[in-house]
Amino acid sequence: MSDIPIYNADADRSLGLFDNPAWRAKSLEKAGLALVALAVVATVVALASDLGRQRPGLFAWLVFGGFGVGGVVFALGGLRRASGVRNDGKMFSSNQARGAVGWISGLVLTGLYVVLYFAPEALAGLIPLGDPLSRLLRDQPATVANGGQWFLYSTFYTLAVGAMGVRALVRYRHSRYHVVRTLSVVFFQTILAFALPYLLMRLQQPELFLHYTWPLDYDLFFPWKMEELRASGQLGVAMLIWGAILIAVVTPILTFYFGKRWYCSWVCGCGGLAETAGDPYRHLSDTSLGAWKVERWMVHGVLAAIVVGTAVLWVAALLDVGWLDAVAGTFSWLYGLIIGSIFAGVVGVGFYPLMGSRVWCRFGCPMAAVLGLQQRFFSRFRITTNGGQCISCGNCSAYCEMGIDVRWYAQRGQNIVRASCVGCGICSTVCPRGVLKLENGPRGDRATAAPLGAPALISELSILDGAMD
Amino acid sequence: MHIAIVGNGITGVTASRVVRRRHPDWRITVISDEAPTHYARTAWMYVYMGHLTREHTQPYAEHFWTDNRIERVHDRVTHLDARGKTLRLQKGGPLAWDRLLLATGSIPAFYGWPGQDLAGIQGLYHLQDLDRMEREAGSAKRAVVVGGGLIGVEMAEMLRTRGTHVSFLIREGRYMAHAMPKRESRLLEHEIARHHVDLHLRTEPVTFQGKDRVQSVRTSTDVTLMADWVGIATGVRPNIDWLKDAGIDTARGILVDRQMRTSAPDVFAAGDCAEAREPLAGRAAIEPLWYTGRIQGATAGMGLAGSPTPYAPGVFFNSAKFFDIEWQVVGRIAPEPSPEIVDAYTEDETPHGPRLIRLQADTASGALLGVHALGIRLRQSVISDWIARGVSLDDALRDLPLASFDPEFSRAILVPDLSRQSQRIANLG
Ligand SMILES: Cc1cc2nc3c(=O)[nH]c(=O)nc-3n(C[C@H](O)[C@H](O)[C@H](O)COP(=O)(O)OP(=O)(O)OC[C@H]3O[C@@H](n4cnc5c(N)ncnc54)[C@H](O)[C@@H]3O)c2cc1C
Ligand code: SF4
Ligand code: SF4
Repeated sequence: MSDIPIYNADADRSLGLFDNPAWRAKSLEKAGLALVALAVVATVVALASDLGRQRPGLFAWLVFGGFGVGGVVFALGGLRRASGVRNDGKMFSSNQARGAVGWISGLVLTGLYVVLYFAPEALAGLIPLGDPLSRLLRDQPATVANGGQWFLYSTFYTLAVGAMGVRALVRYRHSRYHVVRTLSVVFFQTILAFALPYLLMRLQQPELFLHYTWPLDYDLFFPWKMEELRASGQLGVAMLIWGAILIAVVTPILTFYFGKRWYCSWVCGCGGLAETAGDPYRHLSDTSLGAWKVERWMVHGVLAAIVVGTAVLWVAALLDVGWLDAVAGTFSWLYGLIIGSIFAGVVGVGFYPLMGSRVWCRFGCPMAAVLGLQQRFFSRFRITTNGGQCISCGNCSAYCEMGIDVRWYAQRGQNIVRASCVGCGICSTVCPRGVLKLENGPRGDRATAAPLGAPALISELSILDGAMD
Repeated sequence: MHIAIVGNGITGVTASRVVRRRHPDWRITVISDEAPTHYARTAWMYVYMGHLTREHTQPYAEHFWTDNRIERVHDRVTHLDARGKTLRLQKGGPLAWDRLLLATGSIPAFYGWPGQDLAGIQGLYHLQDLDRMEREAGSAKRAVVVGGGLIGVEMAEMLRTRGTHVSFLIREGRYMAHAMPKRESRLLEHEIARHHVDLHLRTEPVTFQGKDRVQSVRTSTDVTLMADWVGIATGVRPNIDWLKDAGIDTARGILVDRQMRTSAPDVFAAGDCAEAREPLAGRAAIEPLWYTGRIQGATAGMGLAGSPTPYAPGVFFNSAKFFDIEWQVVGRIAPEPSPEIVDAYTEDETPHGPRLIRLQADTASGALLGVHALGIRLRQSVISDWIARGVSLDDALRDLPLASFDPEFSRAILVPDLSRQSQRIANLG
C-alpha cells in the first residue's frame, strides 16, 4: 500500500446482450421467451401483411396466446429460483440497466404509442386480431371506426398486467403483502377495467369504470360530459354521482386510514401496469433531489391545470361567453393531447425501460397529486424505520419506483412521510436489515419519530440531521 | 478553527456532520485514500451481485458535501505530528489542524499462512478489494472462502451468483458458534448448504499453493481443495500501522477514553480503529460495526465541536442476512446453555424458510437479557426498551406481538411457550 489506490467507478458494468454474469435463464424461462419471440414475429407479420386480416383467429392465438402464455411460462420459470430477494445481475442486464435492449424496447414501445394515438390506421393489419374477442365481449367487430385500436390496446394492456402479474406473484411469493396487492391490481384490471366496461357496452350502456374518477378521468365534470351522461339514462347519472362520491368521500377516508397506496398500488390501472409489467424497471427512477423538485412542480401543475380548466369550462358554459367557449375548447383539446395521450401513454409507458415504471404517476397524474396531498398532510400512513439498524446500503432507494431516496430518512432513523409514496412496499422487502415497515397506526408523531428507547445520541443525531436537509 | 478528519467512512462522516451542525463557520476537511467520497462498504456485496451500482452505495449525493461545506481530500496521510498539529500527505502539502479525528477503520486480518501473498488471495474491505474481486473472482470456477464471519458468508453468496463453486472453511465445530446457540447454527448451516456451498467445519487453511496465482488450498484436515480464487474473511484489525511512531497510545487499536479522546491533546479516535481503554459493560473494546461507528463518530464529533460527551450506545443490537435468512439480535444471547440463564425458544418452518425466536433472561432476577430472531423482524426500540428497564421474561412473552416488525399480512410472530420451558432448555444444548 504505497500508492493511493486507483478506484474504478464503473468496474462492473458489463451489459452484454446475452452474457449476464449473474443471471442465466432457466429452461422454462427460455421456453417462455421463445413463445414471446414467436408472438413478436406474428405481430410484425400481421402489421406488415394482409395475413392477419385473412386469418384473424389464427393470428389472435399466435399474438395474444404467444404473449400471454409465453409470459406466464416465463414467469413460472422463476419458481426454479429460491424465493427471496433476487435482484441478481440487474445492473448488468442490457434490458434492465439501460443497455441496448433497454433502449430498443423503450423506442419500440414509445413508437407503438405514437402510432396508437396519432396514426391508428397504421395498425390496420393488427386490429382484426381483436375481432373474435371483441365480438364475444362487446358484440361488435373490431375496426378503426369503432375504436378497434383501443380494444386491441386494452387487450394487450390486460394481458401484460395478467402475465407480468404472475411474474410478480412468483418473484415476491415470500411476501404476503405483495401477493395480496398483486392479486388486487390484476383483479381490478381484468374485471373492472376490461371485462365489465365491455360487457356493459354490449348492453348498450355507457362505458363504466367503477374505480376511475376525476381528476384522473379529467373530463368527468366537464359541462358537456355531464350533459352526455345525464342524457344517457339512469346508469349515466349513477356514474356521475358515484364519481363525485368516490373523489369527495371514499378517497379521503381510505387515504386517511391506508395512505394513497389503496389506490395507486392496489386499484389503479396505471399503477397495476407499473407494478407488474413495470416491475423489472422500477430501479430506473431518478432519485436525485433535482428530479424531486421537477416532480413536485409538474404533478401539482397538472392538477392545477385541470381544476382551473374545469372551472373555466363551467364559466364558459354558464355565461355563454363566445370567446371563453373557444378558450375552453382549446384547453380541453390540449389537455387531452398533452396529458391524456402524450404523457400518460407515450412517455408514461414508453419510457419504462429508460426512466422507470412510474414516470406518469410521479410527474403527471393529477389523481396522484390529490392523494399525495392527503397522504402528506392528513393520513396515518408512514414508513417506520427500525431504530438504528440501517446500514445505508441503498437497496431501498435504488428499488423505489417513485424515486424516493428512502435511505436519506432511514439512515437517520426518521419515518418516511412522502406525498409520492405509493406504498408498494418494495423498499421494505429489499431491505436486508429489516429496517422499514409500512404502517397505519394512530398518527402520533409520525413525521419526526425519533426511535423510541434508542440511545440518546441517535435521537439527537436525527434531530440534527433534520436541520441539515 | 480547522477540524481535520482522517477517514471518510461512516465514523468520519458522522463526526463531520455533528461538527458542522454545531459550528456553521468552522473549516472541516475529510481525508481518505480510498475514494474521493463516502461509500457504504456494507453494500459491496450487492454491487458484485448486480443488485446495485457503485453510485447507489453512496449514502450522500454530491450536493450534501457542498451544502454542508465539507471539504474532501483524496490522499493518503503518511505521518501525524500531534505536537505540531500537522498531517503529512502523500500527494498534497502538509495540512495544519486545530482538532483531529482518526477514523481510519480496519483492514482484513491475515494470519501469516504460507503462500498467502499469491495472486488471487484477498480480503474484502476497501473499494479496491471490490475492484480486484471483480477482476479476479468473476471468472473463477472454484473458490475457497476462509472464515465464517459476516463477511465470509457475504463472499460465499456473492460468488454463488456468478456460478462459482464455493468451499467455505470454518474453524469452529458449528457455524457462528461464538455468537449463537446451537439450534441457530444448525439452521444457518442448512441454509448455506441449500445454496450449494460446501461447508467445511473444524477446518482451517494450512498453506496456499500455486506458482504465481493460487491453485489450491491445503487444509488442517489434510485435504487439498482446488481454488482459482481465495477469499480471506478471518476478521479485521484496526488500520493503524502508519501511526506507529506518532507518539499516540495504541494497543490493538488507538486507545481512547469514553469521550473518544486519545492520549494526545485535541486528537480523537473513533470507529473500527479505536479501542476503549475501559470497555463498557457487555461491549467489546473494539467494535467493528456500522452503527457503533456512527455513534462513536457522533460522540467524537461532539468532542471536536468542543462539547465532550461520553459514548453511550445503549442496549447492544446487531443484524445480518445469511443468504435468505434475516437475523436480528437485541441485547445479549448466550451461545451456550448455563444455569444462570433462562431460555425460551420456539421455531417453525414456512414454505419460504425457517423462523426462530429466542428470549433469554437472568435466572436470579428474571429480567430479560436478549432476544434473538431468524426470519422474523423485531422492533428494536421496543425490545431495547424492555431490556433497559429489565422487564420480566413473562411480561416480554406476553407483549411479544407488540415487538413484531414484520410486514402487513405476515404470519403472526412466534411466541415461545414457557410452560414447556424445560424442553426448550434442552434444545439449546
Ligand atoms: C463487506 C463488508 C460488509 C459489512 N457489513 C456490515 C454490516 O452488515 N453491519 C455492520 O454493522 N457492519 C458491517 N461491516 C463493518 C462496517 O462496514 C465497518 O464497521 C465500518 O465501515 C467502519 O467505519 P469507519 O468509518 O470506522 O471506518 P472505514 O469505513 O474503514 O473508513 C476508514 C477510511 O479511512 C481511510 N484511511 C485509513 N487510513 C488512512 C490514511 N492513513 N490516510 C487516508 N485515509 C485513510 C480508509 O481507506 C477508509 O476509507 C461490513 C464491512 C465490510 C467490509
Ligand atoms: S417509499 Fe417504499 S413503499 Fe413508497 S413507493 Fe418507494 S418503494 Fe414503494
Ligand atoms: S435498504 Fe435498509 S439498510 Fe439499506 S439503506 Fe435502505 S433502510 Fe438502510
